[in-house]
Amino acid sequence: MRSALQQPFKTAVLVLVWGWLLFLVFTPNLLVVGASVMTRDPGSFISLPITLDAYRQLLNPLYLDVFLHSLYMASMTTLVCLVIGYPFAWALSKVPRQRQVLLIFLLIVPFWTNSLVRTYALKLMLATNGLLNNALMSLGLIEEPLKLLYSEGAVIIGLVYLLLPFMILPLYSVFEDLREDLLRASHDLGAGHFATFVHVIVPLTLPGVLAGVMLVLLPAMGLFFVPDILGGSRNLLVGNVIKNQFLDARNWPFGAAASIVLTLTMAFLMFAHRLSKRRIGEEGA
Amino acid sequence: MKQTLLSLSNLSKQFDGKTVLDSLDLDILDGEFITLLGPSGCGKTTLLRLMAGFEHPDGGTITLASQDLTHTPPEHRPLNTVFQNYALFPHMSVFDNVAYGLKMEKRPKEEIRERVQEALAMVQLQDFARRKPHQLSGGQQQRVAIARAVVKRPRMLLLDEPLSALDYKLRRTMQVELKRLQRELGITFVFVTHDQEEALSMSDRVAVMKDGEIQQLGTPREVYERPANLFTARFVGETNLFPGLVEKTNGDDTVTVDVFGLKRTFAKPDFPLRDGQSLHVLLRPEDIRVLSPEASDGVSGKVVERNYKGSTLDSVIHLDDGTEVLASEFFDEDDPAFDYRLGEPVRVSWVDGWEWLLPEEASPVGEETNVDA
Amino acid sequence: MTRWLPRTYLTLVYLLLYAPIAVLVVFSFNDSRTGYEWGGLSWRWYESLFNNRAMVEAMWNSLWLALSAATISTLIGALTALALHRYRFRGKKALNGMLFVVMMSPEIVLAISLLALFLLVGLQLGYVSLLLAHVTFCLPFVVITVMARLSGFDERLPEAARDLGASDFTMTRTVLIPVIMPALLAGWLLGFTLSLDDVVVSTFVSGPSYEILPLRIYSMVRVGLKPEVNALGTLLLMFSMVMLIMSQWILTRSKQ
Repeated sequence: MRSALQQPFKTAVLVLVWGWLLFLVFTPNLLVVGASVMTRDPGSFISLPITLDAYRQLLNPLYLDVFLHSLYMASMTTLVCLVIGYPFAWALSKVPRQRQVLLIFLLIVPFWTNSLVRTYALKLMLATNGLLNNALMSLGLIEEPLKLLYSEGAVIIGLVYLLLPFMILPLYSVFEDLREDLLRASHDLGAGHFATFVHVIVPLTLPGVLAGVMLVLLPAMGLFFVPDILGGSRNLLVGNVIKNQFLDARNWPFGAAASIVLTLTMAFLMFAHRLSKRRIGEEGA
Repeated sequence: MKQTLLSLSNLSKQFDGKTVLDSLDLDILDGEFITLLGPSGCGKTTLLRLMAGFEHPDGGTITLASQDLTHTPPEHRPLNTVFQNYALFPHMSVFDNVAYGLKMEKRPKEEIRERVQEALAMVQLQDFARRKPHQLSGGQQQRVAIARAVVKRPRMLLLDEPLSALDYKLRRTMQVELKRLQRELGITFVFVTHDQEEALSMSDRVAVMKDGEIQQLGTPREVYERPANLFTARFVGETNLFPGLVEKTNGDDTVTVDVFGLKRTFAKPDFPLRDGQSLHVLLRPEDIRVLSPEASDGVSGKVVERNYKGSTLDSVIHLDDGTEVLASEFFDEDDPAFDYRLGEPVRVSWVDGWEWLLPEEASPVGEETNVDA
Repeated sequence: MTRWLPRTYLTLVYLLLYAPIAVLVVFSFNDSRTGYEWGGLSWRWYESLFNNRAMVEAMWNSLWLALSAATISTLIGALTALALHRYRFRGKKALNGMLFVVMMSPEIVLAISLLALFLLVGLQLGYVSLLLAHVTFCLPFVVITVMARLSGFDERLPEAARDLGASDFTMTRTVLIPVIMPALLAGWLLGFTLSLDDVVVSTFVSGPSYEILPLRIYSMVRVGLKPEVNALGTLLLMFSMVMLIMSQWILTRSKQ
């Protein structure tokens, strides 16, 4: 068939898509790499000479703190998502087929809904005199309203709320592929529930876990509007730092360097994911 | 003598540097049912795709009734294909699927309607015109695919393993039906299969293929009873190959051969022979006779396997020198001598004149496990 | 494990996921200004929303942007998917990889790289820069959706059409496009929604000349609570639901 198709069409399509990707993906990323090794310039954003100052600045205790704090919040978010999502995906995969479709649908509705609006809805609930506090007080569980907003916890809750479906969906798909007969075989060969879990279920669902981690951890460092709305000025994400450097502080080299660190984290996670898939004999993604 | 309809001459095709077809020649006669038979990877599907125009040959020509088709695109070739998994258009009804080819010819609406009805009636699906392909069973989809291909009244129908997705019973039914259709329509059928039983039962002629070359071209009977080489002998049907040694060639066009110490006289084969030469004596399982150990004739061995197949009783017998022999005998309840137990000593012989001689070949025939190209 | 435990757990998580959304919807009809107590049923926030000319303009801008971005990305994405599916060419792996990278990259990385590009080539930030950016991040999703459909697509169908006398163009029109149509629609809807909801990339590549809805919401919700946002959020939610139901309906109906 391939040989019977017309070449001009093929050439046109390839030129179009390669042109698009080279101009709007490849070049911009090259620019960011370039910017990260330039010197800051208030007038034209960046200037010569080439320097590694921006990367050195990343190690500045002030920023290092922000980074580590952001990493901590992102890790906590990922952990919470995993703890909630793993049993959730498992339970979901056991639901009768017909209902599964509906439940998956309900899970992706939020993904199709404006994330700002959802973050705001959360704010509505968590506010000092918001719904949650009012409810707890009227139940007599607390005397004073809890200060939930503008805290590290609020940011983590917000991130979990936005990112949970991204953890559940890949986990669900590995649980869907987890064949019942493998579990039966394990039991048949004398393994108990715990041994089966450790030796069969965990290794087979690991690619899903890593895919979920990848889909949660990275956005959890970049979604700058979550701390903006829920976290106050002390709970910043790497995303906030990058945004401030580009839009406010105008320190492009530093912002670029920070985003490259983020990209490298992504590359590392993708590599780990590939590795885990290869281990159970699936093709790398 | 029938006329040549399609002539393939010196065809070659490579994929990624791997030769799939090697300067192949084949003449297909008008109105015949010819089967391309071979293991996967032998080039039979590629050959069919070259005829259909889905691939272009690297060398050689394809001529249909003295018209060069080698580089004609598929839509301009007067031949149609029935695909392995039917390739019915999922978004069209049965009617629209069958009508597709006629619409492409820009036939008037009324004619299209009539001819589609006619084609559907021919495959007994007139009541299914409004259905979508996914609402049909495998066998029905198969019939739609056939109707869609023949409604254009092609000079030639190409069938690419069309029955391979059906279960055994349905296959047998469709084999009969295809044969009937071919007779009624008088169209040349080129049928691709890896199933030798299918090939033997349906075809006027069979082309046995291996490694992009035709090993033998002949009637099913010729191919089965007088295989041209060891590959054909082994690929078509079950085979016993006994080592033979030429004792002496006689004047009266016969030759005396030593097989397991037995001196047997055979008709002289059409390859050159000299005394002391080793050769293969080919015997089909049904040529073998299993005799009681007291029999004067035959070679001694013992029964290691018995499989009751309904009409026949198949046995595996190990001769004393370790050679394995397959025997297939028609079941006869009244014959007490017939029922040998496992491990029981027997003697093995065969009916004189049913054997076929093949020369030794330099390289042994390897098992084919390649993926079909 | 007993049956009720997993069920209770699923229900609980869904409740947590939907509680804030439910609160938002309910409060959008709340007459009270403070936004924390119930002050009776009212449409006032919807009214004030539609009386706000800047808001309505931002809505139209967003819709137009999402419409054009989804259409262009579906066009390019579908062609790319077809090329990836049907042709063998050098750099196919690189192309696949690049699309994968776009999809997996943190949005903010894409955002700053595009900002850097637009400033370098001197492109005025506004509709065009937003459009280019949105098409870029929608593209891989469309490609994936169409590829998924094509991978289940019988390779022999185009050949069957050619065999029955259709030219390459006729085959594309009568067989290929109808068969992948559901994926095209689903991809378009996905692109539309992604574009409509994007905050991160838009924050970087939009200019004052073209204000879009998410950025307007962003500036509203950064400080305090605004009841109009409840109303707007409810509308967006309904809109997304309709879009999602449509795309699911198209996909399931085509599978059967």
